[in-house]
Amino acid sequence: MLVYILRRLLNVVIMLVVVSMVTFGIFFMVPKITGSDPALLYAGRTTDKVAIEGIRKKMGLDKPITTQYGLFLKGVVAGRDYDAGPDTTHCPAPCFGYSFKNEQPVWQDLKDKVPVTLSLASGASILWLLGGVATGVISALRRRTLLDRATMITALAGVSLPIYFTGLVSSAIFVYSLGWLDTINYPDGGLASDPGGWLNAMILPWITLAFLFAATYARLTRATMLEILGEDYIRTARAKGLTESVVIRKHALRSTLTPIITVFGLDLGALLGGAVLTETTFSLPGLGKAAVDAISTGDLPVIMGVTMIAAFFVVMANLVVDLLYAVVDPRVRLT
Amino acid sequence: MTAPLHDSAGETATVDVTADMPAKDIEGRSPGRIAWTRLKRDKVALIGGVVVILLILVAVFAPFIVGLLGHPPNEFHENLLDPDLGTPKGSFGGINSDFLLGVEPTNGRDVFSRIVYGSRISLLVAFLAACVSVVLGSILGSVAGFFGGWVDAVISRVMDLLLAFPQLLFTIALVSVVPNSLWGLSGSGVRMGVLIVVIGFFGWPYIGRIVRGQTMSLREREYVEAARSLGAGRVYILFKELLPNLVAPILVYSTLIIPTNILSEAALSFLGAGVKPPTASWGKMLSDAINTYQADPTYMVVPGIAIFITVLAFNLFGDGLRDALDPKGS
Repeated sequence: MLVYILRRLLNVVIMLVVVSMVTFGIFFMVPKITGSDPALLYAGRTTDKVAIEGIRKKMGLDKPITTQYGLFLKGVVAGRDYDAGPDTTHCPAPCFGYSFKNEQPVWQDLKDKVPVTLSLASGASILWLLGGVATGVISALRRRTLLDRATMITALAGVSLPIYFTGLVSSAIFVYSLGWLDTINYPDGGLASDPGGWLNAMILPWITLAFLFAATYARLTRATMLEILGEDYIRTARAKGLTESVVIRKHALRSTLTPIITVFGLDLGALLGGAVLTETTFSLPGLGKAAVDAISTGDLPVIMGVTMIAAFFVVMANLVVDLLYAVVDPRVRLT
Repeated sequence: MTAPLHDSAGETATVDVTADMPAKDIEGRSPGRIAWTRLKRDKVALIGGVVVILLILVAVFAPFIVGLLGHPPNEFHENLLDPDLGTPKGSFGGINSDFLLGVEPTNGRDVFSRIVYGSRISLLVAFLAACVSVVLGSILGSVAGFFGGWVDAVISRVMDLLLAFPQLLFTIALVSVVPNSLWGLSGSGVRMGVLIVVIGFFGWPYIGRIVRGQTMSLREREYVEAARSLGAGRVYILFKELLPNLVAPILVYSTLIIPTNILSEAALSFLGAGVKPPTASWGKMLSDAINTYQADPTYMVVPGIAIFITVLAFNLFGDGLRDALDPKGS
């Protein structure tokens, strides 16, 4: 078990290094190809040559790319000092550099946005796992009934609907037509400051994001469950006189969960993409919204920071999923 | 192509099909024909297929259709808008016999023409990106499955990495730094090229995994052994013996990756990383609609429905195709 966890952790580190290299590569190579100068972007409207050279020196943009990458990594792990003689700025860890626009450390801007995205992603994934698996199991047990047909048609429609469309339609209906919910406005302090407002702001995004995934999971659960119900050990379980509910819950459902967890691990990357779209649709002040806003202003360091933070969460969540695997399926040996 | 699509499937399925046929009909049927017979019985998949063909025709003949039924896609009709609100006059977003799907708020462009032209971007990006994924996925997947060992280990790790990568964020980061002219293209052409390459590149592991798994089981078959004993080289076996047998799963998964690509393109356009205005795109229309949908819901519903119908049609057809080509099916 320990060896397995260590190996997975090593994988996590490799993954993060690769992501950071690719992200850093885009940040520093693409301006070279296109001929735009990061120092100029930091300088804003200044055209003073000396000032621009000063910025270049201070941000370390005059050093070779490998040195710059080393400094960048050091900044993320331990913080870094941008020093230019008397004018030294300390950027505390995790340092993803400075925003082009407001010249604040990127992390300073992003740290309040992480909880928004985390609550959106976790709430939605709980909803879709419960909803999707439950619907799939019911559909499999009531195979070929009207209920099964209706569920599967809804699920197929769900897979084909884009989040930003269902999001707009649902707020048009529940906020503006029926008035069941107040206008979505995420409270500044989050859950702690205004639980009611927080719930009001999160409920539609949760359902919208969960619906898309729940549809896929319902289809997958149904197919897996049907296959497993045909296995010999289910017949054996029934033959030895176990009640149907025990057979379903203890024998069939447990094996059904294994592929679900695999897919869940794979979907975490997509969940993050979904979160970006959901945040944009509902104007939630999360990481994704920050990245999208940063595109329109061309604020590269912010986009890079979000990508790195996002990759970190995806990789960590994948680790948890891998460990969960062993809990659900005793056949998986952790070596 | 003479190699069977699914050699084990051929035998069992032939028995099934001929069982209830008159005696004179007993004849060998190619697996392709069996699949076609099954597909013909699957009404839902057929409807999906017909819609797909119609959509392709709409995209191909867009200028002709718009010339017949609409107004040029970039022509402003401000006289059709309420001068105070900027929303279309009349109910349902200004739908009438002249403007079949109404007019756009703010500028008053013909929504019907923009939907028709938008289908070109959507389908072209989705198809070409699927081609990129299929080429990369089939080659790398079959190489990984066939050679095994460290080759397999490396390719599999790369696939895992790509599948866990925050793809959407990465793409918007990339698009934001891509220059305005590249590869001899400019403006929307560059954006389309980038979208095709990026969507295609992130899509190949989905096909690669399937192909790898299939190759691993196929390489142990007798006919591969026979080819090897006749002195065939590994490259020959991979491309001439194995790849033709992988056509069915590759075909199915490329049909199923197209709707995903359509959604990706629409999502990127929605986020402002798609084709540049004034080129019409469904995702961009939806993001424009965010500001006006409370006053003019029609302009939000129309592109949403367009995406929905297109994606659903491809999904239905792909599902049907998978069932028809499934050796275990009846």
